[in-house]
Amino acid sequence: MKATVFILQRLYHDRSAFIGLVLITLLFLTAILAPLLSTFPDAVWDFNPKDRLLPPGTQYLFGTDRMGADVYSRVLFGARITIVTAVIAVGVSLLIGVPIGLVAGYYQSWVSELLMRVSDIFLAVPQVVLAIAIAQTLGPSLNNVILALSLTYWPWFTRLVYAETRSLKNEVFIESAIALGAKPWRVIVFHILPNVSSPIIVRTSIGMGFTILTAAALGFLGLGAPAPAPEWGRMISESREFLPEAWWYAAAPGFAIFLVVMGFNLLGDGLRDILDPRIRRASREHN
Amino acid sequence: MNTTELLDIQDLVVGFATDRGVAAVLDHVNLTIRQGEVMGLVGESGCGKTTLARAILGVLPQPAAKIGGGRVLFQGEDLLTVDPVSVNRLVRGRKITFIPQDPYGAFNPLFRVGTQIMELMKWNSPRVTAQELETSTRVPALLQRYPRDRYRADKAAVIDILNSVQIPEPEKAMEKLPHEFSGGQRQRLMIAMAFLPQPDLIIADEPTTALDVTIQAQILRLLRDMVSRQNISVLFTTHDMGTAHEICDHITVMYAGQEMETAPTTRFFAQPAHPYTVRLLESLPNRDREIREIGGEIPVLTEVPSGCRFHPRCSVASDVCRRDRPDEVLVADGHAVRCHHPVEPGAAS
Amino acid sequence: MNKSSGAPPVQEPILEISDLRRYFPVRNVIGRRVGWLKALDDVSFDVASGETLAVVGESGCGKSTLGKTIMGIHRSMAGTIRFQGQEIGTMRAAERREVGGRLQYVYQDPGASLDPRWKIHRSLHEPLIIHGGLRRAEREERVRDILHAVGLPATHADLYPHELSGGQQRRVGLARILTLHPSLVILDEPTSGLDVSVQATVLKLFRSLQQRFSLTYLFISHDLSVVRMMCDRVAVMYLGRIVEIGQTEAIFQNPKHPYTQSLLAAIPRIGEKRVTEDFWLEGEPPDAVNLPSGCRFRNRCPRAAAVCAETEPALAKTGAAEHAAACHFAA
Repeated sequence: MKATVFILQRLYHDRSAFIGLVLITLLFLTAILAPLLSTFPDAVWDFNPKDRLLPPGTQYLFGTDRMGADVYSRVLFGARITIVTAVIAVGVSLLIGVPIGLVAGYYQSWVSELLMRVSDIFLAVPQVVLAIAIAQTLGPSLNNVILALSLTYWPWFTRLVYAETRSLKNEVFIESAIALGAKPWRVIVFHILPNVSSPIIVRTSIGMGFTILTAAALGFLGLGAPAPAPEWGRMISESREFLPEAWWYAAAPGFAIFLVVMGFNLLGDGLRDILDPRIRRASREHN
Repeated sequence: MNTTELLDIQDLVVGFATDRGVAAVLDHVNLTIRQGEVMGLVGESGCGKTTLARAILGVLPQPAAKIGGGRVLFQGEDLLTVDPVSVNRLVRGRKITFIPQDPYGAFNPLFRVGTQIMELMKWNSPRVTAQELETSTRVPALLQRYPRDRYRADKAAVIDILNSVQIPEPEKAMEKLPHEFSGGQRQRLMIAMAFLPQPDLIIADEPTTALDVTIQAQILRLLRDMVSRQNISVLFTTHDMGTAHEICDHITVMYAGQEMETAPTTRFFAQPAHPYTVRLLESLPNRDREIREIGGEIPVLTEVPSGCRFHPRCSVASDVCRRDRPDEVLVADGHAVRCHHPVEPGAAS
Repeated sequence: MNKSSGAPPVQEPILEISDLRRYFPVRNVIGRRVGWLKALDDVSFDVASGETLAVVGESGCGKSTLGKTIMGIHRSMAGTIRFQGQEIGTMRAAERREVGGRLQYVYQDPGASLDPRWKIHRSLHEPLIIHGGLRRAEREERVRDILHAVGLPATHADLYPHELSGGQQRRVGLARILTLHPSLVILDEPTSGLDVSVQATVLKLFRSLQQRFSLTYLFISHDLSVVRMMCDRVAVMYLGRIVEIGQTEAIFQNPKHPYTQSLLAAIPRIGEKRVTEDFWLEGEPPDAVNLPSGCRFRNRCPRAAAVCAETEPALAKTGAAEHAAACHFAA
């Protein structure tokens, strides 16, 4: 708890990281409170042809789309899809990538070499391309997008954790835990993992931004949740034939994507500055 | 002014800015070194000996270090007020040279040793003429030539000194890279480089701490021989009393940024007058297997005790010790102590 | 603690090392092995229960490798290590862990052995949890007992390592080792780099802990004056071999091996004549990968003769009961 307060305090002082935190909080609040905040909570999926493609006004805050639905409300509900996608995808990547990295880093044997080469293969292909291939093969749906994203992001965690584990392994306190008789799983779970948690947290934040962007790209290509789901990438794709007159149709979801990705990146950068150097430096200076 | 005084530090105050406030690293420190004298600066961690050595050289870590007052008089001139560029050209590396604690870190690992030594000689050789000095102020360093006749003379001097420091086959040695030498040999090279400019003062910062004890004995003897032959002064910092005993003519002991006592070596060990010195000498490992501690801990320099900084651990401390830093009291010839209650001669065991 | 009487140990030695060998391969640029670094070359000695045996030598002599090989950090290539009657050198990792509690190793800076993210009390409980056998209440009691033994207030257990001073961290590191009530503790350069006053405090602590917990110490150090004060017997190593071993005072007053003599001659004596004036040892140890034939000290030895180049001297008794030296000319 003390650590969380400390981090929040430090975040407050770092302006850009604080902005990131605010943006992310807004995202989560929006997703949770979408029914309350939106002006047409029930009409998101409706077909309302007489109000098609109206510009932003008092009734329709961000205008309407080609179905006559309120763009503002659709963007708000789209936040839910965005969050679910990002959280599950990054979460699964974490659950796959971190243990692989820990094991590969701790046991310096042919198994680690093998694991790292496998992750290298995944890293060699651009994430978007790989995700497209997977989603295309399995068919367009939100679940497949999430699956594709999980399968392509895990190597980032693995590489990070592998490097950290290898360097930590040489630390005196790890050696002495081993000398005391701690079994490898105990050393990995109780000593190494807590000490690599900071880089993992930073990478998670940045990974969320990255994943959202990729998910939007997949949605743009029609590989995500099918219509009429208010997924941001799909909305932009739909808006193409009506540009540049119905500018609001693309601008609203586009701007939402921009804010959210920037928010995660700013937060991630801020966390990186706060978490690693100071805690480690502070603990060493006291020696 | 005493004409045989080479270095006279008066009332020097240095503070470091740290995360936890200002560390009062040197507190009105006085120190005098005479020509031809080897002065030992001993003390435990945080006493300020390394900072003092660096302050003389003018290489305190910037921007953290702030000089809060005092004078560093070298051959009559205050190095703190003289134009820094001329201090750099004329004094540092030439009249005052330096032997560091870590001989490996002092060399560039990519260049041959000979190249690095001759680079040193290009700028700081004792044979540099006044005209060359004058040119160096006008012409950028990269364009400065190394006159051939001086090069030959300098190179001969280098080979000569490498022989004196017992580096085998100096001509071949010059072609080697730093990592091809052992720790002891690298330190000999540093000593050679410190002597080449024919300085007046050499500052040696714990030069033998990193060496094995038998190598250390060899290096100390070498250093003493060379110093006595050329009548050079040395400021030798160390935390090891035994080393100080071996090489120093005069010893000053510091504690937490304050100098406590200064005396000729034999008197320092035989009749210490400051309670800290007494306790320090008592806690040295000895034959009788009884371990004597001092008790308490060295203060953190951001929260120093008032007055005499040793008072919290001193058995004879009184109110005046907590209030005022003691002034210097002359106990015997060349033996001064800063204490309100110096130990009587003969009372120290 | 009183000096041990010098009588031979009556019980089984707690540690018996025989012909221990540990070489490290030296490889050239392309990875091919071009020689061996003989870090430990047929090292043999015993340690009696309750004594403090010093292993001294300069850099490259192998004393650190010795400590680590006994602990199992390095695997020995030949020879035996018998601890409390059990051969531990060839044990597999799982069996080794079981022994681990009774044989402990203290790093130069015990404070660094603490996980910076763990509170002190958790670090102290950990060894007991790993080795099992005690319920929570019993563990609490033992931890409290140990904290008291090292001179730390019980309230400190709630802090993180970086909230303690360096000296206190060192005590916690030691306490952690002691929670297992080890029989033999290997101290690797315990006073290296310490200030004189801190050193005195640390040594006093070692002594009181030895008394309280009936510990046996293997004291690895290069500092002979500390060794003289703390240790009952001394083993002097040079380039991977023991060149002399015996009671502390016997070695200090009557060293037999020329290397030991030079080592002692290098120690400054405060209040007496400067030792460096008469110091005779020249040069440096030879390249450890290319040892000279016969006695490895002969290139620097004033007494070297033809026999020294032919045969490597064995560690042989020199007359006094426990005093052995590896020199053809030891009296």
